Amino acid sequence: MSVIVFAETSDNQYKKSSLEAVSYGKEVATKLGSKVVAVSIGNAGNPESLGNYGADEVVTLHDAAFAQFSPEAYAAAFASVCKAHSGSVIIISNTYSGKSIAGRVAVLLGAGMASNVVDYPEIGDQFLVKRGVFSGKAFAYVGLNAPVKLLAITPNSVEIKQHAGTAAVSAFAADGIAASKTTIKETNRITGKIPLTEAEIVVSAGRGMKGPENWVMIEDLANAIGAATACSKPVSDMHWRPHSEHVGQTGITIKPNLYIAIGISGAIQHLAGVSSSKVIVVINKDPEAPFFKAADYGIVGDAFDVLPKLIQAAKSATAQ
Amino acid sequence: MKVLVCMSVVPDTTTKITFNNNNTEFNTAGVQFIMNPYDELALTKALDIADPVGGTVTILHVGLADAEPAIRKALSMGATDAVRINAAATDAQFVAEQVASYAKDKGFDFILTGRESIDYNGGAVCGLLGAMLDIPSINVITQLEVSGNTATIERDIDGGRETVSSSLPFVASAQKDLCEPRIPNMRGIMAARTKPLAVVEPISVTNHSSYQRFELPQPKQGVRMISADAPEELINLLRNEAKVIN
Ligand SMILES: Cc1cc2nc3c(=O)[nH]c(=O)nc-3n(C[C@H](O)[C@H](O)[C@H](O)COP(=O)(O)OP(=O)(O)OC[C@H]3O[C@@H](n4cnc5c(N)ncnc54)[C@H](O)[C@@H]3O)c2cc1C
Repeated sequence: MSVIVFAETSDNQYKKSSLEAVSYGKEVATKLGSKVVAVSIGNAGNPESLGNYGADEVVTLHDAAFAQFSPEAYAAAFASVCKAHSGSVIIISNTYSGKSIAGRVAVLLGAGMASNVVDYPEIGDQFLVKRGVFSGKAFAYVGLNAPVKLLAITPNSVEIKQHAGTAAVSAFAADGIAASKTTIKETNRITGKIPLTEAEIVVSAGRGMKGPENWVMIEDLANAIGAATACSKPVSDMHWRPHSEHVGQTGITIKPNLYIAIGISGAIQHLAGVSSSKVIVVINKDPEAPFFKAADYGIVGDAFDVLPKLIQAAKSATAQ
Repeated sequence: MKVLVCMSVVPDTTTKITFNNNNTEFNTAGVQFIMNPYDELALTKALDIADPVGGTVTILHVGLADAEPAIRKALSMGATDAVRINAAATDAQFVAEQVASYAKDKGFDFILTGRESIDYNGGAVCGLLGAMLDIPSINVITQLEVSGNTATIERDIDGGRETVSSSLPFVASAQKDLCEPRIPNMRGIMAARTKPLAVVEPISVTNHSSYQRFELPQPKQGVRMISADAPEELINLLRNEAKVIN
């Protein structure tokens, strides 16, 4: 029996969310008294490094079939490793790529599945996982009864823990993987920016910013504190910002350590997507803005006055 | 062309979420239920593709009879017919099993779902269906064109976008940006009243999960206000008190 972790990569590097997934796997394996096998598909930099986060073994799969990400091929290959290593708990990141294989893997393994998992499981009479529901408005504790359990873990839910161990790396030949029926034609990655779902700090702005030209200030503040940028729904609906930045009930749900909301009123649908943030700062010129009720720190003021000073303060602080 | 669109019925987005019976049950009192917003996008896109070529779009819901107003809304948007599988949707795997069992011998050219249902946020049905039916599954799509036996699809990836091509049949999940949802017009609403809505009994499925209890997020301790003239104080607090920036 083992805990199997899918170690997702981006540009041949393990993503931060993958290191979280391995750390999560280690915690579960310790409770179960089993080992952690991390699975690395495609060409990733240094598989043995996953040992630093708790992997006991790393299984690598290199094959022409995996040169491109394909949910069908990756899920089939990953599932065959899970079977070969008698995986009883399977950990995948709740990212777009992770979710695109999670359901397929669950079917191939006959596993019980929970996505959007935000904490370690309670393991007792039942295997109980905590997952976000109602788009961040609540949490549910779900018992998984099948012998094999698959969990998709929301990024930023657990800390990355360093381990002293080293991982044994071995290659795995996945046989009988059918040729993918999908082909990637083009990939456009936003480079040089922190992906919003993984960001620890997020600077977000709403209709109070008046127009897209004023996002220079938002970007400046984000750069000064190493943040990703986000926005409210109307801002992306008006195409001031790309829809990938839209957070909330009908956008993405995030849980950074710090969320700074500027010129956002704090509508219930917006709060749904961000209320799991550890610390929330609200800057709004209206002292009655509902967002202040959900905030830890607040400034009542005009963003156009506050931001230049705030950017200055952030720059001089980080320059120290 | 034959298209299947899966829909769920969810609490309206303004709903304040509360629970009953020692936090073991979602409190539906006074809650208005609507068609899941992402499913509206899936249906609209399916109609945009099927209508011009005289195709059909079937809307499928796994749920109880109280969902019928939302199903009628889908019909008024333009779906050809509707199917309701008569069982409470207990989890994503249960729903996918029901849909797969219904769809497997119907010869659909493609199936669309929403990116996720905004109540239980599983985001899982698309991938589950793909594996159950052994067809490609492409999630969070923002563009879809079908020509002959091939679909060209744009999808969100972590930190970017990707264009993929897929053979038919496939299943894909709708993300914002795919289209603007269709608003039913008077003619659609009238026509929907008499469109077929078949009720199908569920297949028996082993449940892999069970919801035990719910919890609301911890309320904030109260907000600490900082003067608009002293933003450096905010930076100081974030660094030294909250310790969330360096
Ligand atoms: C079905 C549905 C789904 C939805 N889903 C989402 C969702 O996922 N995410 C989301 O964000 N919204 C969502 N909404 C919309 C939501 O209800 C709100 O309309 C929206 O969040 C408001 O965006 P906003 O705060 O940017 O704009 P507004 O509500 O217009 O607020 C602007 C704020 O900026 C402040 N302001 C103005 N000028 C300044 C200034 N110079 N300096 C400082 N502050 C200033 C104002 O005081 C105000 O509080 C949804 C709505 C529906 C119906």
